[in-house]
Amino acid sequence: MIPAEYYLILAALMFFIGIFGFFTRRNLLGVLISTELVLNAVDINFAVFNAYYYPEHLEGFFFTMFAIGIAASETAVAIAIILNVYRNMRTIRLKSLKKLKF
Amino acid sequence: MNYIQFLQMRPEISLLAIFVATFIYDLAARGKWRHYFHPIVCLLIMIHTAVCLGESYSECELFGSMYYTNPMIGIVKTILSGGTLLLVMQANKWLRSANTTHKQGEFYTLLLSTLFGMYIMISARHFLLFFIGLELASLPLACLVAFDKYRHHSAEAGVKYILSSMFSSAVMIYGISFLYGTTGTLYFADMVANINGSPLQIFALVLFFAGMGFKISLVPFHLWTADTYQGAPTVVSSYLSVISKGAAAFTLMVILMKVFAPMMKHWQIITYILTVASITVANLFAIRQSDLKRFMAFSSISQAGYIMLAVIGGTKDGMSALVFYVLVYIFANLAVFGVIETLEHHTRSSVSRDDCNGLYKTNPRLTLLMTLALFSLAGIPPFAGFFSKFFVFMSAFKAGFWVLVFIALINTVVSLYYYLLIVKAMYITPNDEPIEHFNSSKYSRVSLVICLAGILLLGICSFIFEEIDRLSFGM
Repeated sequence: MIPAEYYLILAALMFFIGIFGFFTRRNLLGVLISTELVLNAVDINFAVFNAYYYPEHLEGFFFTMFAIGIAASETAVAIAIILNVYRNMRTIRLKSLKKLKF
Repeated sequence: MNYIQFLQMRPEISLLAIFVATFIYDLAARGKWRHYFHPIVCLLIMIHTAVCLGESYSECELFGSMYYTNPMIGIVKTILSGGTLLLVMQANKWLRSANTTHKQGEFYTLLLSTLFGMYIMISARHFLLFFIGLELASLPLACLVAFDKYRHHSAEAGVKYILSSMFSSAVMIYGISFLYGTTGTLYFADMVANINGSPLQIFALVLFFAGMGFKISLVPFHLWTADTYQGAPTVVSSYLSVISKGAAAFTLMVILMKVFAPMMKHWQIITYILTVASITVANLFAIRQSDLKRFMAFSSISQAGYIMLAVIGGTKDGMSALVFYVLVYIFANLAVFGVIETLEHHTRSSVSRDDCNGLYKTNPRLTLLMTLALFSLAGIPPFAGFFSKFFVFMSAFKAGFWVLVFIALINTVVSLYYYLLIVKAMYITPNDEPIEHFNSSKYSRVSLVICLAGILLLGICSFIFEEIDRLSFGM
């Protein structure tokens, strides 16, 4: 059986790749995908903690299921708003979002 | 099984009822019935507030103790729904303008569902329910921020809000996953027994704070605030700044007290740093803003810092100070945003500080209201803002944070400076072409009068604070 640490390291890697992507991507969809990576890291974490350490209850799995659902709805809203940005500006590059600034 | 206990959920039940009623009315109403939509929604929210206010609540746990309510939580929910009522009344003119009138039903349903999310978030005693409530409170808000579909600013504000909201909540539940990993449960009550301040739990606490700090817009996590407030429709900005912030601050305090109680030393350090940073940085940035909504965004960040002063002690005094502060803040801030909203609607563009020059000559009553609200925000004695600030300072002082209170006091002087800049612009700065005299709509006038009454009376009528203080609970 694969030790739990391997999964946790994978989740941590995904988490930090997501954070790195969030700060460096130049495209709104890229930023969105990076956030999804972070959310998936959370799902892996919950599932692994539940399966390996607390198999008597199912709380972690339930949290994972709800987190997946909520992440999907978040993505739907975010893409709708990004579409709206595209309609207004004909681009979804981050650099073009500079009308509101210090 | 005894179903009578579900009556303790009556804020949620009545809110759901008026949500469904609004939704059906939006689908069914045609012709002249559309015209009555706004008054009917105001009436429904008023009934809902009255239902919340009603007879007092008893302590009760529901859904396998995932949901918890007591008299204090009932009061907080009442305050939030009252604030929403004032806000919807102010929205009258904006909702009737040509670009919005056909989708005002969506506005109401989205607004009510965020309120429902906040109720759930406040009452949650389980991290899953808390997370669902938090997301229900922030996702429809993103739609509301991007509500003006044809305005570039609104879309930009919306995308900035939704992306940073997603990111911060993802970071927060990564923290919660470590809490689950170290304690094996998601119930607040069971979790606290296994909280011992191990490094992994400190990591979880920091990530959790990042998520909540985003909702309350404390300083390292505040970068979305100014852009979103400026770009969003004014009503939505004021909703973000008072209702959403108040609910999140109360929740943060409850969770810190109920879950992280054994790690008190750790979260007090974090709160200390965030409070000093929020108050100082936001004050310095607020001085150089000219756009009024952007200015109010920074003012709200510094007010969030003052709210954190109540959280830091984790005491009973702190909770009553927090709830009273939020109550007063709702009235004062809604008054300022209400004035900005009417000005904006009249001039059909964003309002900067220079636009206010000489406003006193043409609109004396509006100017007086704005002045009193700004005085209350700054904390000048006879107004409610002074008392709320005093209680917050007192609670932090009693908990032993006197250096922090001193820093906050110095910052109050700085904040007085920039609030008075607006007052000076309105009364003293000469202007040949001030905004001409105009009348705001009846609804927003009533709402502004209520706000004014709140600003003047809340501090003097001491029984309100005593009632809150009697019901509040500590660690």
